[in-house]
Amino acid sequence: MITKSQVALKNLRRKKVRSLLTLVGIALSAWVLVSLLGFNHGYETALNKDIDNMGFQLMAMAKGCPYEAATLMLKGGTGLRYMPQSIVDSIVKEPEVERITPILMQAVFDPNKGESGGIAGYFGVEPKSFSELKSFLKFRQGRWFTDENAYEVVMGFEAAELEQREVGDKILMPEKNIEFKVVGVLERSGTQDDGTIFVPLKTLQKVFDKPDEITTLGIKLKKDADSSRLEAKLYKLPDIQVVSLAQVKETIMGLISTAKVMVLSIAVIAIVIAMVGVINTILMSVHERFQEIGILKTIGAMPLDIFQLIWIETLILCAIGGLLGIGLALAFSKATGLVIRQLLPYSPSGGLVLIDIKLILVTLVAVLCIGLLSGIYPAWKAGRIRPLEAIRSEASR
Amino acid sequence: MNQPILEAINLKKVYLRGSEQIPAVNEVSLRINRGDFVSIIGPSGSGKTTLVNILGCLDNPTSGELNLNGRSIFSHARRLSERELTKIRRETFGYIFQNFYLIPTLTVLENVMLPLTFYRKKGSEDEGMKLLKLLGIEHRKDHLPGQISGGEMQRVAIARAMVNVPEILLADEPTGNLDTRRSVEIVEVLKDLSRNSDLTVLMVTHNQELARNADRLLEMKDGLIQETMDFAKKVG
Repeated sequence: MITKSQVALKNLRRKKVRSLLTLVGIALSAWVLVSLLGFNHGYETALNKDIDNMGFQLMAMAKGCPYEAATLMLKGGTGLRYMPQSIVDSIVKEPEVERITPILMQAVFDPNKGESGGIAGYFGVEPKSFSELKSFLKFRQGRWFTDENAYEVVMGFEAAELEQREVGDKILMPEKNIEFKVVGVLERSGTQDDGTIFVPLKTLQKVFDKPDEITTLGIKLKKDADSSRLEAKLYKLPDIQVVSLAQVKETIMGLISTAKVMVLSIAVIAIVIAMVGVINTILMSVHERFQEIGILKTIGAMPLDIFQLIWIETLILCAIGGLLGIGLALAFSKATGLVIRQLLPYSPSGGLVLIDIKLILVTLVAVLCIGLLSGIYPAWKAGRIRPLEAIRSEASR
Repeated sequence: MNQPILEAINLKKVYLRGSEQIPAVNEVSLRINRGDFVSIIGPSGSGKTTLVNILGCLDNPTSGELNLNGRSIFSHARRLSERELTKIRRETFGYIFQNFYLIPTLTVLENVMLPLTFYRKKGSEDEGMKLLKLLGIEHRKDHLPGQISGGEMQRVAIARAMVNVPEILLADEPTGNLDTRRSVEIVEVLKDLSRNSDLTVLMVTHNQELARNADRLLEMKDGLIQETMDFAKKVG
């Protein structure tokens, strides 16, 4: 016996082009919807990953430092502020602190970088504490420095690629004209570490004549530690400001929310257009089959049967269109991520569009619900067709 | 005396065109017995289709009474909703029309089986095949309606009307779109069904020659039954 679903499916095949165009409309809406939700999910995940990859949850630095650091990176200025390294001893005693690592950031102008030169960033780090905090950093070649005063560098993956250096090569620090030996090259980590050149802290302090001075402290908190309590305590220290990476995340997510609202608006418009398309297609189909539906009622179909038949057609369209859209979103998620990356002022490393099974199911259910809603009016209209009207309409044609 | 399967008493159907009342069926009374093959003839606008639509529970009369198997379907106090009409239709009637109204996307067998999708009274795929065999079109079971002739399409429509094992078969101009040879074949099929299955057949036609195949012939004019001819003895 033929089922209602089979009847519905065969009917959709009757007007192939129209059904196909409707499917394309639904698929595009589903694509936009999945990509948007995937972006929401992916951006936050990537940002969290970036922040986790910092290895610490709090950064302490000399007041004004972040802004000056930004200026430095943009213009190559030298207005960095410093704090005494001795501050490490007072902070490390705090009960919330698990580990701490001092960092000295320095930047030099490298005339050979890019077309018209650029800023090269050097991070002075303590190999022991830094590598403990960033245990996820893996070496492609070599290892950390041999001793704290060595004239050695470890290069991030991209920095090594850019400078075309391998372990054993020499690298000249511009402006200072001091030669360093490359002792390690890191694997790609997908973080800002990829573009950084690491130097032993004491060596960098010596080269830049900043003995016992640092720019930044990375602080890793103990599990379940009260971050705000520690922040309040650190604020009491003179000339120190604290940046919580959770705050950084919130700020970035706030900036991104405008973009999200815009994309969401586009998705809503796309969904509304698809809904109108579905309603139009099914209404046209009902109108064209006016007599046929009337005859179905003479051969025993109740209004509910006709309602179901038309509703199933809508569901089939939405299910296939939804799956097609999800497939497109999966296939083009990387490309979508690249496009979004171009449009955003800041985007974390890694995939920006993250589509998982939960998201796929949510979208499919959403598309089916939209389909069910779209199908109500045409199905109700078809259910009300009276057989006699259908037969008479033939007579009058 | 045979039990009447359908009994109409003073059936009247009036259409309104503006303020003008147009009586399509005017105080018609008749009895149709189980197993009868009845033809209704008359010129266009004589009210024969309107009468068959009322008798077949496709429409409510304006006044009068209609009894089906001794049960009152319409009366002064009783008018049926579309839902109730559908229930009666699928339990009792099978319909065939001049334009066949087969579903073009379904095969011949699927078209025949379609009523069972909505109402399972009796029958399976074997039942559908049996009907196709009975009507001589079993070799067309996997064809689409567009791939078979008009005569075959009407046979499919008859099989579809029969699959729910109706008590009454209503045929409104079943040969209207067929040539003479196929028209005769279709009427022969209806006659055989009536004879062999105790099926009551009501056939509306313009064709007096074909109408004479029935047991009884009702001639309508201006909404009234003008003449009744009984050929029962000829049918035997």
